[in-house]
Amino acid sequence: MAEPEIFSPARPGEPAPRPDILRPAIDDLAPDVVVERGLIVRLAETTWLRRVAVVVVLGVIWEVYARQLANPLMFPSLTETLEAFVAGLRSGALVSAVSGSLRILLVGYGVAVVLSTLITALAIGTRIGTDVLSTLTSMFNPLPAIAILPLAMLWFGLGVGSVVFVIVHSVLWAVSLNTLTGFQSVSATQRMVGRNYGLKGFAFVRAILIPAAFPAILSGLKIGWAFSWRTLIAAELVFGVSGGAAGLGWYIFQNRNALETPNVFAGLLTVIVIGLLVEGVVFRAIESATIRRWGMQA
Amino acid sequence: MFMSREPSHSVVAKPLLEVDRVTLQYVTPERIVTATRRVSFDLQAQDRFVLLGPSGCGKSTLLKSIGGFIAPTEGEIRLAGERVREPGADRMFVFQEFDQLLPWLSVVDNVVFPMRATKRFPRAEWRDRARAAVEKVGLGRFADVFPHTLSGGMKQRVAIARALAMEPKVLLMDEPFAALDALTRRRMQRELLELWDDIRFSLVFVTHSIQEAIVLASRIVVMTPHPGRIVAEFDATRFGHDQAGGSEFEAFSERINRLLFAGEEIAHG
Repeated sequence: MAEPEIFSPARPGEPAPRPDILRPAIDDLAPDVVVERGLIVRLAETTWLRRVAVVVVLGVIWEVYARQLANPLMFPSLTETLEAFVAGLRSGALVSAVSGSLRILLVGYGVAVVLSTLITALAIGTRIGTDVLSTLTSMFNPLPAIAILPLAMLWFGLGVGSVVFVIVHSVLWAVSLNTLTGFQSVSATQRMVGRNYGLKGFAFVRAILIPAAFPAILSGLKIGWAFSWRTLIAAELVFGVSGGAAGLGWYIFQNRNALETPNVFAGLLTVIVIGLLVEGVVFRAIESATIRRWGMQA
Repeated sequence: MFMSREPSHSVVAKPLLEVDRVTLQYVTPERIVTATRRVSFDLQAQDRFVLLGPSGCGKSTLLKSIGGFIAPTEGEIRLAGERVREPGADRMFVFQEFDQLLPWLSVVDNVVFPMRATKRFPRAEWRDRARAAVEKVGLGRFADVFPHTLSGGMKQRVAIARALAMEPKVLLMDEPFAALDALTRRRMQRELLELWDDIRFSLVFVTHSIQEAIVLASRIVVMTPHPGRIVAEFDATRFGHDQAGGSEFEAFSERINRLLFAGEEIAHG
């Protein structure tokens, strides 16, 4: 440092001048400080462990409350529900109900996702297309799928067709809305990057918009999955009697009629468990292979 | 009046890029904004052409128009004699924003991306060319990581590598170092000049920093706002980082400063 500055008078209120210090860049070879973290702290930072803990606590509350109530007809305990669940699996009734439901669900969900991809890709290309899709989603997204079930039954009869139709309706608009919003919020820079390389139309959608909007698309797919479950169970509750494809909703409805309340709970528990599995395994795997890996979501 | 300052070229080649009386306008809900008004300049091959001016002088809009993103309302832009009508990879863009790297692709895949999109070069060469470009900007060790793990300066280096790997006719850079800290910014300027020494690309560079303009440019266009127009075109081949702080450098800088400042006064007068 220049020497005169050291002796220059300080401004009022400024600390007195101090000498400059130059430190040679030599490590003092002292080991880094390592903070020991206890087992409990480390366990508490494991996400899935915390989630399991939440489930366990809820289960304990359920068990304690139900035992105090001691009225299995109205509110069976967790153990009674689990017994009914295992019995249902053993007898095969629950298994066939689940597989019947899942088959319809996957068909409806799959059709809806494909349709949604197509119409959003078409819509995003033009301003009028975007207007049409925005209007359609605001019209149909709030319309409960179950409300159009009577109409669907009129059109497609008392069968799988009607259920698939209402599932498609419930998934399509939710997924499209999220995808469209995702497309629209892709940054101007990334759009220009794509256009700089001459990308247009579907190539642009595939190479730029879909990956860039993937967080929004994925959250749409999750919402759509939840909607499809709700719609399916509700539709089956209304008319489960559709040939051999009696699903979970029908299982629940039938057991309520028979006052087999533990079985009703077992059916509901199955819905919850499948929901947790799909969310915690399938969607989580997709997330960690994509948006987490890309740093687009923490 | 500035002609006397220009060096006398004995041979003036046909320009690579011609900006010919270009007026750019865009529509806002309230009114039509004129970004530039009949601006013209010629860029020779291997020029480091800097558009300098305060924000609102239309320099970025002009660059986007060269990029083919905005069509001129008047005049035309010609690249190697051909009129520019739409975006294309013969004019590779480097933006200011760090998110110009596609987060879902690794560093090397980001560099491959434009080759794949435009089918430029044989497919078998893509990876090697991309790796070589990444090496060239000093990021060989980071070729396989995803962009979110890189610092701002490293991201801009990858963007430069991606653009240069395409061997474009002209490289368009829109304030690429403006979002970097001052120390990194200096280093990036030096590295860009080293790359130019090495590859001799043609460059149009937009900035609002007088220092950056003088250090980088072979030629500087000074623009003033409301509406955007060119008030001067300077030769700057004699200045580099080594001259920064020197008296001639400072005098030149001061001269440009006055030009910009005078423009402001007229505009608000």
